[in-house]
Amino acid sequence: MPPDSATLAGLYRQMLLIRRFEETVYFLFLEGEIPGTLHQYQGQEAVAAGICGLLRPDDWITSTHRPHGHALAKGVTPRAAMAELYGKGTGCCAGKGGSMHLGDPAVGMLPAIAIVGAGNTVVTGIGLSFQLRGTDQVAVCFFGDGASNEGAFHEAMNFAAVRKLPIVFVCENNLYGASTPFSAVSALADVADRAAAYGIPGLIVDGMDVLAVREAGADAIAAARAGEGPTLLECKTYRFVGHSRSDARGYREGEEEATWKERDPIPRLRPILAQELAEEIEREVEATIEDAVEFARSSPDADPQEALADVYA
Amino acid sequence: MSTPEVAAPLRRLTIGEALREAIAEEMRRDESVFLIGEDIGIVGGFGGAFGVYLGLPEEFGHGRIVDTPISEKVIAGAAVGAAALGMRPIADVQYSDFLFECMDELVNQAAKLRYMSGGKVSVPLVMRAPVGATNRGAQHGQSPESYFAHVPGLKVVCVSDAYNAKGLLKSAVRDDNPVLFFEHKLLYGSKGREQAGGLDLTAVVPEEEYLVPIGQAVVKRPGTDVTVVATHLALYRALAAAEQLAADDGIECEVIDPLTLLPLDGETIWASVRKTGRLVIVHEDTVTGGWGAEVAARAAEECLYDLEAPIRRVASYDAPMPAAPSLEDAIVPSVERIRDVIRRLQG
Repeated sequence: MPPDSATLAGLYRQMLLIRRFEETVYFLFLEGEIPGTLHQYQGQEAVAAGICGLLRPDDWITSTHRPHGHALAKGVTPRAAMAELYGKGTGCCAGKGGSMHLGDPAVGMLPAIAIVGAGNTVVTGIGLSFQLRGTDQVAVCFFGDGASNEGAFHEAMNFAAVRKLPIVFVCENNLYGASTPFSAVSALADVADRAAAYGIPGLIVDGMDVLAVREAGADAIAAARAGEGPTLLECKTYRFVGHSRSDARGYREGEEEATWKERDPIPRLRPILAQELAEEIEREVEATIEDAVEFARSSPDADPQEALADVYA
Repeated sequence: MSTPEVAAPLRRLTIGEALREAIAEEMRRDESVFLIGEDIGIVGGFGGAFGVYLGLPEEFGHGRIVDTPISEKVIAGAAVGAAALGMRPIADVQYSDFLFECMDELVNQAAKLRYMSGGKVSVPLVMRAPVGATNRGAQHGQSPESYFAHVPGLKVVCVSDAYNAKGLLKSAVRDDNPVLFFEHKLLYGSKGREQAGGLDLTAVVPEEEYLVPIGQAVVKRPGTDVTVVATHLALYRALAAAEQLAADDGIECEVIDPLTLLPLDGETIWASVRKTGRLVIVHEDTVTGGWGAEVAARAAEECLYDLEAPIRRVASYDAPMPAAPSLEDAIVPSVERIRDVIRRLQG
């Protein structure tokens, strides 16, 4: 059954919010307002929006060094996310996490785990806690193609499979681990094929089509909720920007980038919406982003007196 | 007036028995406590590397005893994730050498998730790990507690007797922080007696419930001439050296078991050093960068002017642990080496 118009509007709003958040953040970073570095999500919005739109507030996700989209999609407010990037005490992690550790347990998201593959083992514990308590909650682990070559990936997939943990492993294969093409580091073309090694389903999904992501995600989440165990979803996607802010993308051909940009998930969804509704969403998103920036700018810097708080409970 | 009851004979337990009792009590008390590790609940299996879990599956069933593949990253990672969701896992690795397989999960995840979240996440896990050289060579004989004593966000406990082992493990389970809990292989049961210098390794463990707080050292032997800080098997060797020195030289050592390395109970140690004017630190971990270096540095900061002799460390020499008994004995601190170092401090 195709999603109703409210769902479609929600998906469009979510993807656009992530896109405009990221574009704005990039500009503010170049202006020198945001410290540190950024790993941005432009191009991959259909994955976060498609999957997180299916989750309940009490379901949990783990994320990566590229977490802005996941955080917004799971419910971290643009204000709290933006303030965190600015290093403000009003950020979702009180300024202690920063760009690579966005998250908030109140919305079912651990601080994003920026060690490649490490979220894959941690998520097994989240799934295990649901299983031991006998709840029907589900955990989703977002990770990249690069993580699939970590030992942690193997240990986690095997353990989750043998225990039938309620987890969906969502691989966002954006074709490059930093500058290294996946084809240079894997004899298998598809991460999804690795699922066979663990005796679980592995599916390839068009990660540039939010409706395709949603459809595959719904089945995987339902299976996990029903106690049938984990699924590996490989979403083929593409980051429209560099790996991090210092990346000039010299390892990619312009033609490849252009081809993927033609598949941009946001303009791809827009024609399905009524023109008026789409425009209303666009105005609303702009206002939300402006508000978030204003909130972050006007918040005080994280208080140095707090630097040693929260080391221990 | 009722007649006074005849006191029951004091009950003595080994460390292994005391740990098992602590785990069972905490599992009965709190549904969120569960066990996770390799070979821990398999029917007819090992009951954990040193049999500490034997009997627990019979009482608690297999639902709360999670046997894993040989996947230390998953053991620690699953413990982190479950703890972050409010469970209280007691994880273990069969040999502490295997902790290096899950350094990321312990150091990057367990220790930092709370801080990274701005205090919103807690990671109340316990990771049990047996240490110590037992003629098994370089990869099954290390004492790696110092690596973890360097990590803000972790707590590091080293237990040497049954009473403190039980009380500290119960405290560790209830602690809202990740606690690494190091036990020495030769001290689990009566088998260790001989290698521990013939001392009785059992201790009186009350039937009634008690806790021992994390972060509190104990004075194992009062003395006036030299402060000796030691853990695990080295503690028993230090105590044996202290007896020899008292008998042969009239030197009275005050022997302190810190029990917790992070956070260290400095006050108990500095108070002793201010009294004795001499400090010797003994551990089985290798000397360079070992926790003894931290104690020595802090002692110098806190009570340098009270010292009458240089601070000395007696530790394993800087080499991988050899397998041959004659080589291992040449590396690990012996009673004689500890005794001679202390004796030379008396000028």
